Amino acid sequence: MSLRSPLGRVLGLGSAKEGVHHWWSQRLTSIALVPLTVWFTVSLLTLPSLDHTTVVAWMAQGWTALLMLLFVLVATWHSQLGVRVVVEDYIHGGAKTLALVLSSFVHGVVAVAGVFAILKIAFGGAA
Amino acid sequence: MPERPLSPHLFAYKFKYTLASSIFNRFTGLILSVGLLVLAYWLMSLAGGTREYAQARAVLSMGIFKLFYAALLFAFAYHLAAGIRHLIWDTGRYLERDQSKKSAAFIAVVSVLLTLVLLYAAFFSGGRAP
Repeated sequence: MSLRSPLGRVLGLGSAKEGVHHWWSQRLTSIALVPLTVWFTVSLLTLPSLDHTTVVAWMAQGWTALLMLLFVLVATWHSQLGVRVVVEDYIHGGAKTLALVLSSFVHGVVAVAGVFAILKIAFGGAA
Repeated sequence: MPERPLSPHLFAYKFKYTLASSIFNRFTGLILSVGLLVLAYWLMSLAGGTREYAQARAVLSMGIFKLFYAALLFAFAYHLAAGIRHLIWDTGRYLERDQSKKSAAFIAVVSVLLTLVLLYAAFFSGGRAP
């Protein structure tokens, strides 16, 4: 038996049944990002130099490329989830929709650009 | 759609530093999101070859960016500590009011210390920051 009123249901009020998925994705990505972000920060800060040759040689290694792909994908996913919550909480009306669309597009571009760049470097195309 | 009450309100509650720790977690998260834009630009220039990378490095080593990297390191330190605090909360531990007050102070101290270490590594141990 549902306790929701027929009027409420017609007006589309109440849960959209996506909250748990969002919550769970946020947790999963944050757990994964603890080691990934620490790895990335420590790696970047301990590279002998940030010139092109050094960074490309580092990133072209199999494990580095794999971890970089994971880092970029998980970080953009986590970021998208987080920005979405902030937008939903503080921006309202048409501006909210616009901000959500913009955020989705920008996060999509960042994720794809990151993956493309890492793969290009890993396959030796950045020389 | 009917006008429904909206939550959360930033200014309706009495200011507490547990509240500040939550707002600050969001704020640092947003800074890190902006950092992802810089990361994507850096990766694309890296993949573009030596000439493109040299151009990007000239842009990315401007003073304003150095300031941003410092902010990023602090945001990372804080968001990491606050995130781990959230994950511990999710297991049902340390949710009492005095405990969460203590952990708010704890992550503030830890993140400042971690930031100092990161800043040293990035800017002072050989000046590696781009």
